[in-house]
Amino acid sequence: MKAYLDNAATTKCRKSAADLMMRLLTEDYGNPSSLHGMGAAAEDYVKEARKKIAKTLKAEEKEIVFTSGGTESNNLAVFGSVEANKRAGNHIITTSIEHASVFLPMKRLEEMGYRVTYLPVDASGVILPDALLDALSEETILVSLIQVNNEIGSVQPIRKAAEMIRKKAPQAVFHVDAIQAYGKFVIHPKKLGVDLLSVSGHKICGPKGSGFLYVRDRTKIKPVILGGGQQKGMRSGTENVPAIAALSEAVQKTYEDFERKTERMYQLREYFIREVTKIAGVTINGAAGKDAAPHIVSINAEGVRSEVLLHSLEEQGVYVSAGSACSSNKPAASRTLLAIGLKKELLETAVRFSFCQDTTKEEIDYALECLAKIIPFRRKFTRK
Amino acid sequence: MYKSFLIKYAEIAIKGKNRYLFEDALVGQIKYALRAAEGEFAVRRLQGRIYVDALSDYDYDEVIEALSRVFGIVGICPVVLAEDEGFDKLAEDVIAYMDSVYPDKRMTFKVNARRARKNYPMNSMELNAALGEKILDAFPEIKVDVHHPSVLLCVEIREKINIYSTEIKGPGGMPVGTNGRAMLLLSGGIDSPVAGYMIAKRGVAIDATYFHAPPYTSERAKQKVVDLAKILSAYAGPVRLHVVNFTEIQLYIYEKCPHEELTILMRRYMMRIAEHFAGENKCLGLVTGESIGQVASQTMQSLAATDAVCRMPVYRPLIGFDKSEIIEISEKIGAYETSIQPFEDCCTIFVAKHPVTKPNLNVIERSEQRLCEKIDRLVQTAVETAEHIRVAAEEG
Repeated sequence: MKAYLDNAATTKCRKSAADLMMRLLTEDYGNPSSLHGMGAAAEDYVKEARKKIAKTLKAEEKEIVFTSGGTESNNLAVFGSVEANKRAGNHIITTSIEHASVFLPMKRLEEMGYRVTYLPVDASGVILPDALLDALSEETILVSLIQVNNEIGSVQPIRKAAEMIRKKAPQAVFHVDAIQAYGKFVIHPKKLGVDLLSVSGHKICGPKGSGFLYVRDRTKIKPVILGGGQQKGMRSGTENVPAIAALSEAVQKTYEDFERKTERMYQLREYFIREVTKIAGVTINGAAGKDAAPHIVSINAEGVRSEVLLHSLEEQGVYVSAGSACSSNKPAASRTLLAIGLKKELLETAVRFSFCQDTTKEEIDYALECLAKIIPFRRKFTRK
Repeated sequence: MYKSFLIKYAEIAIKGKNRYLFEDALVGQIKYALRAAEGEFAVRRLQGRIYVDALSDYDYDEVIEALSRVFGIVGICPVVLAEDEGFDKLAEDVIAYMDSVYPDKRMTFKVNARRARKNYPMNSMELNAALGEKILDAFPEIKVDVHHPSVLLCVEIREKINIYSTEIKGPGGMPVGTNGRAMLLLSGGIDSPVAGYMIAKRGVAIDATYFHAPPYTSERAKQKVVDLAKILSAYAGPVRLHVVNFTEIQLYIYEKCPHEELTILMRRYMMRIAEHFAGENKCLGLVTGESIGQVASQTMQSLAATDAVCRMPVYRPLIGFDKSEIIEISEKIGAYETSIQPFEDCCTIFVAKHPVTKPNLNVIERSEQRLCEKIDRLVQTAVETAEHIRVAAEEG
């Protein structure tokens, strides 16, 4: 038996999306910028994709900028908005649990002279709204929050944050990294008060190399990739038509019958958490229930290093991620796990299980069965 | 312009009646190394020399790089081979050679002619003078300097006339395969690939044994070792890599023996298993990357404790090297980047905070007694389940 429980890393591409991609690579392979009919046909695919995606966000079509994926969306959001608003101030706010594709751009901006506030989080991985309120000032030009943390699945209070920003720093651009959130929640950025929203295709059963940035109309942002002026100059480079079309197909499928599927994921998650914590010495990082994302569970199996548990599970056909990439010579504790104040001896034990809409109860039962065998056995052999 | 390379070798020329064995091995290794270069080549022996002829277009740098990896080669000379059609034609060829190889003639030179074919009408001295004069006539800016010429133009009268003036240093050593075969204990670290390189340099072909400990070590750690074996095989010829699953043995020692002796006990079993495969593969010794005092398991006492289980000699080519010297060679042979990838290896997963540094052999042997119930069976299983991979340098 095999159980792929690493869907926060990447997902299997939907067959219908992959088929469409294949057709657009080998048959309708025109360049949307070409003036002839094949170009027009390609352009239609892009338009159609935009329409489908915009619909899920209750957004306008022109507000979707296709990118090469989540990392590019985050880079464009951070660098592009700061560049366009640099005269308005030099202060930026983000969290201490961002993904590297926001965190490292922030570090770069600090090198360039910007002041960055990294909001702390509580033990469940959520920012304290008061801390955000305190940090906001008339100097703030960007607030960037990760809606769902990729390691522990904690969810930030986006609506509340937006309200505070509108009240205290209306000049600031509000970016949400929704790479682990889109497809798990219904997100209507305009209603929420979000200006920029990053999405990746391969986290929602679309192809790798696909993604987009939602850019609310009239948000001040400058492109970071310059060239032929495609996508109204916001993101030059020939549109990746096959990936864009396949992404929109995946998006459409993801949001079909959405509530039922999400509810089912929540039930599976609750079940998994309940069962896995019955194993001695196993604890959960982040929150249980509807306060967290439906697809991510981070566990600590005390006394068993992440990598050992990961490879032991792998031997049984269960695929997961290690919380921190540690080895004896290069300890690299995760920023997220440090930020939630995880005990030192648990830092090296975190393992992430992540589900998709198609994850079955059988897969979860199988993983639980393996965990119940592996954890007590491996715990006998620890580094002294 | 060069269609051929003259290969110079030193040590093997003195090996008397065995000489042909060495030359054959060298020719074989050159052919193997040239697989990494694009194009077709012929390698031939002629009157105590080895020539590489390019039979198609080729990339000069690629060929030099490939040949520079062949142990036994002392020098690589890109050479022009000309037919003997009288002195005037020879002078023409030599002038054409100088003209194309040295576009800027503001330099000094000296002709070094050698008449290997004694029926040639001019002797070496006469040739030196006559060719020198022709070159001076042809290029007014050029000057002769018989003591410190910037270009030493060699003209050798053989079956064909060899014209060359460049010698690229080869790696030296002896052709792989001329000095038997040894079993390298290959880990994923920096030292052992360098040890393999050093032993191969002396003409020794290589088998390697790698111990992994899934699930404590990953598939990537194993892939890293395969990659290192591949890098090594560019110098040492094809490497047979024996991959041994060491987990059960390791856990058993962990359960039964004092923790601070774990590493030394593990290494004793590694030596035993490596020696088993060494015997099966006609190896004449074991090779490790140890250097005295580098870590706890490499003190004189620890080395003695691991050696005590071996019947074969254990060669340690890095024994007197500092880490920085080892790294230098590792970088030179292109292994360093691969070696430093941070994957857990099986020696570090359970390493004690304070391992014994001066193990007493009696104590160690007594500890091993505690393993007598199951250890033979575990070793047997490890040997039987080992994976055997043939690793060879990639073709160009």
